[in-house]
Amino acid sequence: MRITVAHLKRGERGIIKRFAEDILPIKLLELGCLPGNEVEMVQIAPLKDPLYINVSGSHIAIRRATALQIELDIIDPKAIL
Amino acid sequence: MSKSINVALIGNPNTGKTSVFNQLTGLSQKVGNYPGITVEKKEGICKLSRGVKAHILDLPGTYSLNTTSLDESVVVELLLNKKDKDFPDVAVVVSDVENLKRNLLVFTQIKDLKIPSILVINMSDRMEKKGISLNISLLEELLNTKVALISSRKGTGIDGLKQLIADYKTISAEPNLDTTVIAPEYFEKLRKTFPKEDLYKLWIVITQDVNFMPIEKKAVKDTSSFTTKSKAELKRLQQKETILRYQFINKVLKETYLIDRNAAKGWRASIDRILTHRVFGYLIFLFILVTIFQAIYDWSSYPMDFIDAQFAAASEWIKTTLPPGVFTNLLAEGILAGIGGIVIFIPQIAFLFLFIALLEESGYMSRVVFLMDRIMRPFGLSGKSIVPLISGTACAIPAVMATRNIENWKERLITILVTPFITCSARLPVYLIIIALVIPEGRFFGLSYQALTLTLLYLIGFGAAIFSAMILNKILKIRSRSFFVVEMPSYKMPLFKNVFYTVVEKTKSFVYGAGKIILSISIVLWFLGSNGYSSEFNNAEEIVTQKIETIGFDEYNQEQIQRELNSYRSRVMPEASSASDSEMALAMRDSIQIKKLSLENKARNQEIASYKLENSYIGTIGKAIEPMVLPLGYDWKIGIAVLTSFAAREVFVGTLATIYSVGNDEEETETIKERMASEINPKTKKSLFNLASGISLLLFYAFAMQCMSTLAIVKRETNSWRWPIAQLIFMSVFAYIVALIAFQVLK
Repeated sequence: MRITVAHLKRGERGIIKRFAEDILPIKLLELGCLPGNEVEMVQIAPLKDPLYINVSGSHIAIRRATALQIELDIIDPKAIL
Repeated sequence: MSKSINVALIGNPNTGKTSVFNQLTGLSQKVGNYPGITVEKKEGICKLSRGVKAHILDLPGTYSLNTTSLDESVVVELLLNKKDKDFPDVAVVVSDVENLKRNLLVFTQIKDLKIPSILVINMSDRMEKKGISLNISLLEELLNTKVALISSRKGTGIDGLKQLIADYKTISAEPNLDTTVIAPEYFEKLRKTFPKEDLYKLWIVITQDVNFMPIEKKAVKDTSSFTTKSKAELKRLQQKETILRYQFINKVLKETYLIDRNAAKGWRASIDRILTHRVFGYLIFLFILVTIFQAIYDWSSYPMDFIDAQFAAASEWIKTTLPPGVFTNLLAEGILAGIGGIVIFIPQIAFLFLFIALLEESGYMSRVVFLMDRIMRPFGLSGKSIVPLISGTACAIPAVMATRNIENWKERLITILVTPFITCSARLPVYLIIIALVIPEGRFFGLSYQALTLTLLYLIGFGAAIFSAMILNKILKIRSRSFFVVEMPSYKMPLFKNVFYTVVEKTKSFVYGAGKIILSISIVLWFLGSNGYSSEFNNAEEIVTQKIETIGFDEYNQEQIQRELNSYRSRVMPEASSASDSEMALAMRDSIQIKKLSLENKARNQEIASYKLENSYIGTIGKAIEPMVLPLGYDWKIGIAVLTSFAAREVFVGTLATIYSVGNDEEETETIKERMASEINPKTKKSLFNLASGISLLLFYAFAMQCMSTLAIVKRETNSWRWPIAQLIFMSVFAYIVALIAFQVLK
């Protein structure tokens, strides 16, 4: 299954793998949403939309549709320990 | 003047750029607009050492030079145009120590335009708490610039920054990166075509409109002539450029920026957990909203009453001190009434801006946007629409301007179109007087009918906005991609200075902007109301005097004279009866006689004024439109009041006051009400303001688009007459139909 930012649960983290750059606004990149950067899910609004994330220090809210375009690898919290 | 240094303040939103601006310029700032567009232009003077002055321009916040909005393009246009009188000698790029990486993106871009740039690292007071340490000298070396580490909140480091600005000539203008590596062949081709131009500058010009929304495109000059790549390709190159820049920035920060995550402390996460909670988040928001409304209506009523009284007194003073004549009349009834009509709203507007500034400064507003986005979306609105919709309860003008940060054009347009349905403060005086007239005083479960009606009207306004948004969402065929990115800034205690300046600035621009229109309308109204062409108008005095001699005063005036005379008599009589001497009694009788004459004189003047108005230009117009308003239950007088309200709603009460020939002073509001209550519909012989016509009026005012200033702002913000005209027609026709149904059903 293709894992995206939208699949993160609250508090979970991941590393951005790929990015549907044609669809996504340049603003996201400018805010630090780049391949290789870490994303943390901070808060999920009711109906799972929008999503409040922390991407390499930038705290931003994006819509679910956007989040579905950002692929990532989930960081296993156990693996870190 | 020759010694003034041009400084441009640039930086990401939420970096405290405005506080830096306030620290540098203090009260010497002025706010205007860039020619032709509605982007705010803030500038001020900063005194440096040795008598040198700096002219500081606070540019709109931007994340990069890849423009996505009109605000951002202002920054780019200025930086590209060396001939602009504001072209900076030095750019001061403000960054926030916690988000330095992201903030450096725009810094490297400006640097690459070969503009001498100073890097300001703000919020240094938070460094320790966040476990951040910096190697400033290495950072200066790697970025080839000067760094000012400051705290605009604590006011530290500002003098150092001023010193750097004064010594701007020593600052390097060398670029940081070579952008051409992202597409060597393409840039080589560009170089051959434009050998004299700077390549990075060309690149910025070419890519300027890649991300633009359709509406704003026209502000950008056509660059297609030397665009050899498609938009999609250019966009990809822009992304490559961004990645390239971040690689450079990461390398720089790796050596100079250390963050000890274990030392980092902060409330942010815990506050966020509560404020964006799926239940508590909404409850807290609701609580804050209720508090704001309560405050606006309760607190501002005192200054409003005071202002009203002052203007009434000033008008009276002019009438009594200046020699009577056309000029005095114009001053007292036209201009002063007009200015009073604007000034009266200052307290409410200022309070509203105060709260909005507090919510924005603290960082809470972004959380509301986050909470509301999904709820607003089915109606074609965005979470960001919530700010304009809340502001709309004060005034639609700043509300429409507040839609600017909605990225999606369709969502923004719908927000602009429905905002005027929200009950604004100008509707309030109309609602209050009509509710007092037609809604009985009883209570329902402890709540008064009148208060319930008012609440209901607010809900109706909000409902109409949401409902029409839903319809517009269905019928508007605008394809625009959903760009919704909201930065969630860290929570900050609002700075008094920043809030204060915002409130002063916004209130000032409201008063001048709306003021001009309201003022000119009231002058026109005054002219139309005090001039006429018919013989009835010109001979009003004789006609009315004759009428009074033959059939006497109006019923209302007769009663009024009798009442006042009685109260006067009871006041003087006790003394008269105790006085034994008959001369005294005679004097008393004379005094009553004089009082009677003066009362009769006053009544005569009122009747003449009323008769004149009826036969003035505006009276003629009113009679002409009467057939239109009769089915709604109004007579020609209300018709005129409704018609003049199309300039601005608050004119309603003033117009009726003039028509009913009662002075529009605060003390006499009661008499306007009484006068309106005693009006009889000549056809039905029933009270003119009854439940049916009253409800019809309330609903008409709830829905009709009666505000020229809003129409003008909508025109400016949408860049076409199409939308304000559609708004005017749709809302007014809708209002007419609803009012018609209400009257016909209730009568």
